[in-house]
Amino acid sequence: MTEHHIQRAFDRDLEAMQALIMRMGGLVEDEIREATRALIERDLELAAKVRADDKTVDALEHQVNEAAARIIALRAPAASDLRTVLTSMKIATALERCGDYAKNLAKRTSVLVEMPPIEGADKALGRMAREVELMLKDALDAYLRRDAELANQVREHDAEVDQMYNALFRQFLTYMMEDPRNISACMHLHFIAKNLERMGDLITNIAEQTIYLVTGEMPEEPRPKEDWVKVARAVASGAAQPDAGEAKGEGGA
Amino acid sequence: MDASNPATALAIDETAEAEGRVKIMARGVNVWYGDTHAIKDVSVDILDRTVTAFIGPSGCGKSTFLRCLNRMNDTIDVARVTGEIRLDGEDIYAPGVDPVQLRARVGMVFQKPNPFPKSIYDNVAYGPRIHGLARTRADLDRIVEDSLRRAALWDEVKDRLNEPGTGLSGGQQQRLCIARAIATSPEVLLMDEPASALDPIATAQIEELIDELRENFSVVIVTHSMQQAARVSQRTAFFHLGELVEFGETPQIFTNPRDPRTESYITGRIG
Repeated sequence: MTEHHIQRAFDRDLEAMQALIMRMGGLVEDEIREATRALIERDLELAAKVRADDKTVDALEHQVNEAAARIIALRAPAASDLRTVLTSMKIATALERCGDYAKNLAKRTSVLVEMPPIEGADKALGRMAREVELMLKDALDAYLRRDAELANQVREHDAEVDQMYNALFRQFLTYMMEDPRNISACMHLHFIAKNLERMGDLITNIAEQTIYLVTGEMPEEPRPKEDWVKVARAVASGAAQPDAGEAKGEGGA
Repeated sequence: MDASNPATALAIDETAEAEGRVKIMARGVNVWYGDTHAIKDVSVDILDRTVTAFIGPSGCGKSTFLRCLNRMNDTIDVARVTGEIRLDGEDIYAPGVDPVQLRARVGMVFQKPNPFPKSIYDNVAYGPRIHGLARTRADLDRIVEDSLRRAALWDEVKDRLNEPGTGLSGGQQQRLCIARAIATSPEVLLMDEPASALDPIATAQIEELIDELRENFSVVIVTHSMQQAARVSQRTAFFHLGELVEFGETPQIFTNPRDPRTESYITGRIG
């Protein structure tokens, strides 16, 4: 908004709160990238750094909440100002959760170094993490620029991450059925994939908050979601081509 | 009436009209003070048993428009009102209408408490007396007590009804004026900045009172305090430069106003 408040301090308060969000966002982007690199390169030092950095993200979330409480108490924000405060709190919560998942990824790396590698898993998780990172970058850009169109693209982008998760889910399940010695590593790798998928959902929330911030309305129509239950059923029933059963819906295979 | 004006479209509530919940219907109202065009083509529906807040910067016309609703502008020589204002379907500017009778039905409370230099009792009894609403002294006593109770003042003054109204505190005086306004059993109560001269406690009492009055009256309040409008009203009208810019449900106006001028005003912004 090119207009400014008659009380300039109000503008400064809102800008300061937004700056905290952007700092959080930047740190979470770093966490995701570094945690993924630590996983692929089995770099325990980098994994430890991610775990330490996450404390800063937690502290920033606390600061955003305090800034929001102050603005509500002292300035009684209305209309777009109110939406700015409300969405800041929700976006900060989503970012903090993303940071937690990245930290969890780093934790699992320290366990995975002691296990035999699962073929193709690191590469696939790396690709998935890159998509999530890109989603986050776009979501933060959309928030900063108040760009509802870009935020909507982020929402749609999440379907790709869901698809990648479903593919990995199927792959890990297959490996575990083939050889029970893979179970331990595959369980950890599956949790990592699941956490990346959850990050995609949280980043989608950030995008939806941006749409609310800009338009005053929450987007309504549900996003198309691929159902992992179908994948699980198809694999468990031993279908050679799970995709075929999946496409037909629940009764298939 | 300008049907192409989106604010006009919003301010006219066809559903409420069909259901007979509209108390005051204003259509294409214009007011001139001499050559100054103070109100420009305002159309609005004021609902029964609802608090409607008029907000806007100084000089936007909100008080002028409020004063049209009980013909208080008649007392200003240079003021000229055109258009149509109907109370329960009757044109209040029609030739046979007596403004004094009209003001018994559409009462008014002003910014500064202005009790008569009379006793507390006589302040409240004045309206019922001149309009012949009480046959006996007991009738009048009952109206006075009832009005003071509804104005949340009875407990504080019941032992000193014969003392002068001007001896009360500011907040009490304002509640006395509200008691005086409701003593004639009006259907609509117009309030022009009723709490702006009061401290926060007295303001809260007046606001609580407004909420209770809504059970029986249609209340229209002009206020400079956006928070007050947000707290007490169900519907809010935003005036700017004599135009009705936006009219809607109060929560919508304060969370997601449709017009950028409303947004700028309620968020305290300038271009």
